[in-house]
Amino acid sequence: MSAILNLKNVGKSYKSGNSTLSVLQDINFEVHPGSTLSIVGPSGSGKTTLLGLCAGLDRASTGQVTLHGTQLNGLSEDALAALRNQYIGFIFQNFQLLPTLTALENVMVPMELRGEKNIKARSIELLDKVGLADRSHHYPTQLSGGEQQRVSLARAFSNRPSILFADEPTGNLDAETSEKVVKLLFELNREAGTTLVLVTHDPELAAKTQRIISIKGGKLVSDVLQ
Amino acid sequence: MAWRDSRRNRSRLLLFISSIILGIAALVAIYSLGDNLNSNIDQQAATLLGADLALTGNQESKGDTRTLLDSISALALQSSEERSFASMVYFVNSDDSRLAQVKALSGTYPYYGSLETMPVAAGQTFRNHQQALVDHTLMLQYGAEVGDSIKIGDVTFVIAGALEKAPGQNGLTSTVAPAVYIPMQYLQQTGLMQKGSRIAYRYYFQMPEKINSDLMVASLEKRLELADLDYKTIQTQKEDTGRSFRDLTRFLGLIGFVALLLGCIGVASAIHIYIKEKLRSIAILRCLGVKPREAFLIYLIQILLIGILGSMAGALLGTIIQQFLPLIIIDILPFELETSLSWLSISQGIIVGSIISLLFALPPLLSIRSISPLNVLRQVDKADSGFRDPLLWIVYLLILIFVYGFSFYQMKNWITALTFTVSVAGSFLFLYGIAISLMWAVRRYFPSSWGYLPRQGLANLFRPNNQTAILIVSIGLATSLMATLFLVQNILMARVQLSTRPDQPNIVLFDIQTEQKEGILSLAAKNNIPVNQSVPIVNMRLEEINGKDASHYQADTIHRRVGRLFGREYRVTFRDSLTSSESILDGEWKGKYDPTSDLVPISVEKGFADRGKMALGDTLTFNVQGTLMQTRITSLRDVNWAEVQTNFLVLFPTGVLEDAPQFHVVLTHVPNAEMSARFQQEIVEAYPNVSVIDLALIIKVLDEIFTKIGFVIRFMAGFSILTGIIVLIASVLISKYQRLQESVLLRTLGASRKQILTITALEYVFLGGLASLTGIVISTLASWALARFSFDAPFTLPIWPLLGIALLVTVLTVVIGLANSRGILSRSPLEVLRRDA
Repeated sequence: MSAILNLKNVGKSYKSGNSTLSVLQDINFEVHPGSTLSIVGPSGSGKTTLLGLCAGLDRASTGQVTLHGTQLNGLSEDALAALRNQYIGFIFQNFQLLPTLTALENVMVPMELRGEKNIKARSIELLDKVGLADRSHHYPTQLSGGEQQRVSLARAFSNRPSILFADEPTGNLDAETSEKVVKLLFELNREAGTTLVLVTHDPELAAKTQRIISIKGGKLVSDVLQ
Repeated sequence: MAWRDSRRNRSRLLLFISSIILGIAALVAIYSLGDNLNSNIDQQAATLLGADLALTGNQESKGDTRTLLDSISALALQSSEERSFASMVYFVNSDDSRLAQVKALSGTYPYYGSLETMPVAAGQTFRNHQQALVDHTLMLQYGAEVGDSIKIGDVTFVIAGALEKAPGQNGLTSTVAPAVYIPMQYLQQTGLMQKGSRIAYRYYFQMPEKINSDLMVASLEKRLELADLDYKTIQTQKEDTGRSFRDLTRFLGLIGFVALLLGCIGVASAIHIYIKEKLRSIAILRCLGVKPREAFLIYLIQILLIGILGSMAGALLGTIIQQFLPLIIIDILPFELETSLSWLSISQGIIVGSIISLLFALPPLLSIRSISPLNVLRQVDKADSGFRDPLLWIVYLLILIFVYGFSFYQMKNWITALTFTVSVAGSFLFLYGIAISLMWAVRRYFPSSWGYLPRQGLANLFRPNNQTAILIVSIGLATSLMATLFLVQNILMARVQLSTRPDQPNIVLFDIQTEQKEGILSLAAKNNIPVNQSVPIVNMRLEEINGKDASHYQADTIHRRVGRLFGREYRVTFRDSLTSSESILDGEWKGKYDPTSDLVPISVEKGFADRGKMALGDTLTFNVQGTLMQTRITSLRDVNWAEVQTNFLVLFPTGVLEDAPQFHVVLTHVPNAEMSARFQQEIVEAYPNVSVIDLALIIKVLDEIFTKIGFVIRFMAGFSILTGIIVLIASVLISKYQRLQESVLLRTLGASRKQILTITALEYVFLGGLASLTGIVISTLASWALARFSFDAPFTLPIWPLLGIALLVTVLTVVIGLANSRGILSRSPLEVLRRDA
């Protein structure tokens, strides 16, 4: 089976004045469709940077990232955006909902961006799945943190992504709410057969995935199948 | 602490305050202008009048009046006389004629200043020859040159020079009534001094230094009144000129103040958001033991310092602008204006700016006192000061008192100041109300079937901490100023342009003597020109109202204004029916005089009757050129003065005035400019005393006046527009991070560059559209009210030009919005998403 995500000798460094700061070095791994994977590591280890490179949110300084058979390095910003819109779903620690849109409208955004029609029913269905059908016309500020993250989940699955990237999805939630959100995340993921890549501090959450990659000081230190 | 805390925000704070810079600049510029005008008027008052004393009457001096004038002349070093009247001037070379203000002059007037002419000597030499000085714009208009000939009445004059400037003349008077000076000794020969001609008789005196003209006219006041002579001395001229320019500078000052208030509202709104963003810093300070009052003081000091800096910048800008203001009002200035620094105006500007920026910043600043330290752990406050805070209400009251105080200082009249304060507060609330309603309506009724991009663009207007309402108010106010100016101009021009309709007269011939009437009518018939109206006019004076004469009313302090009705000459007509512009409001119109009844029944215009405290049944005694005639008011009429025809205050029935000395007015309609020129030409040649008003020319003159006055108003409206632009820029920059975050998120979700640019552009299209729509709604309402209640003219809405204004404002908003949003697309999504984590 061919990999949906493939990283070869990937490195990322930033220029800071006259010196160069290396954040990631020589990262190699591949992810197969439908699998689940956690990236763990201490603060500042480069987890989120790695996630950004995998998802085409940033460009690698060295090496190659291949997503869905497409090499990301040579793509323009618009081509990267189109790729994300077609194949990727996102969940962020701070939910990242558009404050000016209702819950329903937020879920509809990825589909609307690619010009899909008759998307309301599917969006309501997704909101129903995350238990928020009755709050579809509320604005983000009118929702609790847990509710916002559930809307974010519904949005992530709205474009039927092949791969879902989640950055500390429970980082801003209390334990009880976290549990509900995580349960939903894995249920929806299973149902849709999506590949899941998540970055977390939480060993319990990481333990729920099939594979855990550990990063330390910008280097991949372990890659464990569970 | 205040200094340290502001370290990372100084440029942003300066940006907030920059919206008041223009308001202060406007005020300082206008105050300085006022100051300079006053000192220039003081220096140049003598040259404005040209003499120490000027007397004006509207009848030839005889008997006591002549004796009075002779006795003043005997005291004077020099004296001059002037007869001034409207007459046709015929330009021989170009074969054109035009109505002008002819001034026949004797003596060496002006004694101060000069008749500025080109060539310079012409101002003196024309007096001794059959020569004339012709207004330089008139000469330009008709391509006349020095040495050419003009014909006035029966006399041909050689143009000795182009008149550049004469005492009391300005650019505007030369547009409305261009002057032509001729020597007095040729006046009689012109044949224009006939009965019925409306002539102003002026007498100028240069008094020796030992005689104080003001004291002299004070002692002669009774005699001057009896002789029906108005007087002007250098002192009264100074006061009159000063007053009219004070009114102008006060008016401009108030417009500047409105721009300042607009800026202040922008400041208040920006600081409100600034404090919201500072919530966490304030909460940390509170955790570390800072008292609420101390936290409040930290930000108060920041705002106060920035307010002072902003006001100083505004004062500097205002001082620069005031160097250019005289260029804008040059056409309405009767004297040379030299500008100098006005420290008084500069300090006034700085004080007003500092106080008002602080007052408007206080409501959001007060909320700091209630920010809980708990916000460090989790957000519990929204940095909103509750309306229950008594200090907040005190601040609102102080703002109102300040606005009232400022307007009182400007207008020196507590009722006008109160009206202004209430109107300003009301207008802002009204604008705000319209802005909010429009926002609500657009959001409520926006078609959900529209594509995602316009929906997202619209939704962006409602993002948290948005400044949409204040932006709509400021841009809307500026738009409404521009649109109202345009609409009013349109209403007035439309009213005059009615005359181009074939059924409306467009040429008015007046000063026609009875024996000339038939000749003129046949001249019209020969040219196939229809005569719309031929109206006889009899001059008369009012002697008594209900048996009481002028002296009775002048002695009565309550009815002193009624006394003024006696001095003037009335032009009265007689006919047996009413015209289309008249309707009876009260009483009964009697078209024919029944000689068996005691008094002549007359009809009086309602407004005139009100001014004279007259009622139905009152008796009026008129002096019809020597014969006293007793009349009774039997009806009150409403007159539509807007209609192009002869209208009268007093209307006699037929059967009374037919044999009285009279002259005639004829109204005709000529179909085109060529025929108009030919007809006017024939009239001037055959009947040189007859004056012709060409309404096409009036339209042109009106247009010129509007262009001149409009420029002054547009200049002032420019301050509001610029303030609106600065508030817009500030608001775009304030929300820049939030918009950056939104754009990055959309990019993460797969939006292309084009889609994001479209959303941003559409956001500003909606903002500019809503703002200009608000402005146009308000200007339409204001212009309708002006048309309905002030000009009594029909109101039509010129849709396309208004849409043009709306489009211009919208495009401007989009350009400014996009220019300030640049850079958003080049940011890495990850960088932004992480920053917020």
